[in-house]
Amino acid sequence: MTEHTMSVLVENKPGVLARVSGLFSRRGFNIHSLAVGPTENPDISRMTIVVAVDELPLEQVTKQLNKLINVIKIVELDPTMAVQRELLLVKVRADPTVRSQVLETVTLFRAKVVDVSPEALTIEATGTADKIEALLRMLEPLGIREMAQSGMVAVGRGPRAITAGPNR
Amino acid sequence: MTTVTPPDMPRVTSKDSVTPKDLANLTEPPKPAPPVGAPVRMTGAQALVRSLEALGCEAVFGIPGGTILPAYDPLLDSTKVRHVLVRHEQGAGHAATGYAQATGRVGVCMATSGPGATNLVTPLADAHMDSVPVVAITGQQSRALIGTDAFQEADITGITMPVTKHNMLVKDPAEIPRAIAEAFHLASTGRPGPVLVDIPKDVLQEVTSFVWPPELQLPGYRPTTRPHGKQIREAARLIASALRPVLYVGGGVIKARATAALRELAELTGAPVVTTLMARGAFPDSHPQHVGMPGMHGTVAAVAAMQRSDLLVTLGARFDDRVTGQLSSFAPDAAVVHADIDPAEISKNRRADVPIVGDCAEVIGELIIAVAAEFAAGRPDLAPWWRQLDNWRQTFPLGYDRPTDGMLSPQYTIERIGALVGPDAIYTAGVGQHQMWAAQFIKYEKPGSWINSGGLGTMGFAVPAAMGAKLGRPDVAVWAIDGDGSFQMTNQELATCAIENIPIKVAVINNGSLGMVRQWQTLFYAERYSQTDLGTHSRIPDFVKLAEALGCVGLRCEAEADVDKTIIQAMEINDRPVVIDFVVGKDAQVWPMVAAGAGNSHIMSARDIRPLFDEDGS
Repeated sequence: MTEHTMSVLVENKPGVLARVSGLFSRRGFNIHSLAVGPTENPDISRMTIVVAVDELPLEQVTKQLNKLINVIKIVELDPTMAVQRELLLVKVRADPTVRSQVLETVTLFRAKVVDVSPEALTIEATGTADKIEALLRMLEPLGIREMAQSGMVAVGRGPRAITAGPNR
Repeated sequence: MTTVTPPDMPRVTSKDSVTPKDLANLTEPPKPAPPVGAPVRMTGAQALVRSLEALGCEAVFGIPGGTILPAYDPLLDSTKVRHVLVRHEQGAGHAATGYAQATGRVGVCMATSGPGATNLVTPLADAHMDSVPVVAITGQQSRALIGTDAFQEADITGITMPVTKHNMLVKDPAEIPRAIAEAFHLASTGRPGPVLVDIPKDVLQEVTSFVWPPELQLPGYRPTTRPHGKQIREAARLIASALRPVLYVGGGVIKARATAALRELAELTGAPVVTTLMARGAFPDSHPQHVGMPGMHGTVAAVAAMQRSDLLVTLGARFDDRVTGQLSSFAPDAAVVHADIDPAEISKNRRADVPIVGDCAEVIGELIIAVAAEFAAGRPDLAPWWRQLDNWRQTFPLGYDRPTDGMLSPQYTIERIGALVGPDAIYTAGVGQHQMWAAQFIKYEKPGSWINSGGLGTMGFAVPAAMGAKLGRPDVAVWAIDGDGSFQMTNQELATCAIENIPIKVAVINNGSLGMVRQWQTLFYAERYSQTDLGTHSRIPDFVKLAEALGCVGLRCEAEADVDKTIIQAMEINDRPVVIDFVVGKDAQVWPMVAAGAGNSHIMSARDIRPLFDEDGS
């Protein structure tokens, strides 16, 4: 099974997220990550959905999604032709014994310290799933107290926009 | 106290003395009618009824209750919309389905919030599986109470999300006309299906501006109806070279009103036609190219034709598991042309070699032209194929044995109903053995003459569906072929039929048990009959007395010699519904049969007789 990233333009209406997530669970497809947010058009929201399925089930997912009345357009993003980002907020133990090690890792990953206290630092990082994973691997032995992670958001590279022009 | 005429009122003493000037003083000048499209002030409830009228809705099946009450007030005044007060909301939903199937129009049902709405879930799921255009309108608790577990509150849009084509909660009375118009549009176009509109009580009560026609806002809904020319040509090329083609016809052909075109295509190609459970009547049973119903209880000829086919021309069908049996061994040598209006059906179960997305009427129309062009260069010789098909037909025709215990044969009974009532009637069915026998032994010649619950398999469908069908087609005889199990789930709607003057006929094929389950217990559970004896042969309930209690005529028939005269007696009664208790043997079984999960080559024409398997010598 391979991972696929789908950008789904939906009507900005109550219940649309439930329709999409409900469809995935009832048809037996696993969502790896789902992120929703506004677009430049206030009537339209954009979902970025990452699923791990084979080619044929993917076709079925896309067709079933397209049947939802509130779904306007679906584009599968080629990972090599798209910018993909996740956001991580992680609170790490940072007493004097490990503090410098934590800060060194932050610099190495071009992350940011966004909150400081004597025993802990909160770090903000954005990047691809691989980068976030690598950062977490480095921080783990130092003591992760708490973390929150967003789903992936992505846009295609180049001048073209999926929201422009006739829908679907 | 005496009445005094005020001195300033003009006194009209005689007709002759009335002048136009006097009239002007007496009556207000007539107001000009508002132009079409101009806003009119009214309540949300009035806007709802006005919208239904504007959409041509002539019947609503429903039951009032707390939150939908405001809608019932203007409904009382409507001269266009007839409300049929059912006895259970499930009956309302199936009646709307029966109405829609019989008329080709949108069926409408209405219920209150909470239990009223949840009682609609089964018929909505049923209509969803069988792609029936139904609109359900439900009351909801007032906006301020939503989410507080208020009395009779149920999240019906959440509950019905997986079993409707679409649903919506209307939070602004000004949006009622658009919501209802969108619901009708969604239900009846593309692949048809049920749509639910949930309206809070205070939204129904609030005064709003009614504007008609509303503008539909469905940016994500654009069903493809016109097929792709390249795919049509490719399909025609395959048809022109196939030696063992089969036209695999599903319910989509009836919904697309493409049955006349289908006949033309069939006669042009000379290919055998199989009609699925949802497509019975799409192609005349009497036509020499019709080889029967495919699937678990299909004819040997239909199942064998698909198994041995080199090309399945699939029209508005969906490769349901009850048709394919074990998918991996289904029609192993066949290329597949699959035409459906729903792109998600294509290659869902069986991979299509030529996918065609489009409305069956347009697809078949274009196929006829393309195939005729291909045939100009020569056409395949289907004579050997027909020799094989005829051999199957002659060797393994549909048939049945009389019960050994001397009881009435259910198949004979149903066959006689079909023969005496004829192909102009509408037949509905519940779910189980009687449904399969009704699909097998009644001969269907016309689309819309067979209405049943195919996908969901909803016991209790027959009586309310017959009620809806008869209301929509009062000129046509409507017979519900029911089982004693199915009948006991929804027969309270006979009271509705009696009171509303909807004179349907109900033939209860009473074998005293949950017959289909019992058949499986006989075949696969060592005749251990766990919980399948309904006791109906001991007259609990007594269906004749029950019928009479519900305002119907009750008849009983227990002997083969009485079958015809009982049916004729029922046919002569048209002022009330009629129920016939046909007391039949409990051991009759539905044959042929492909056991669940088995490959279709293992079809048994009767118990342990496997015509195709034996033919292979394996």
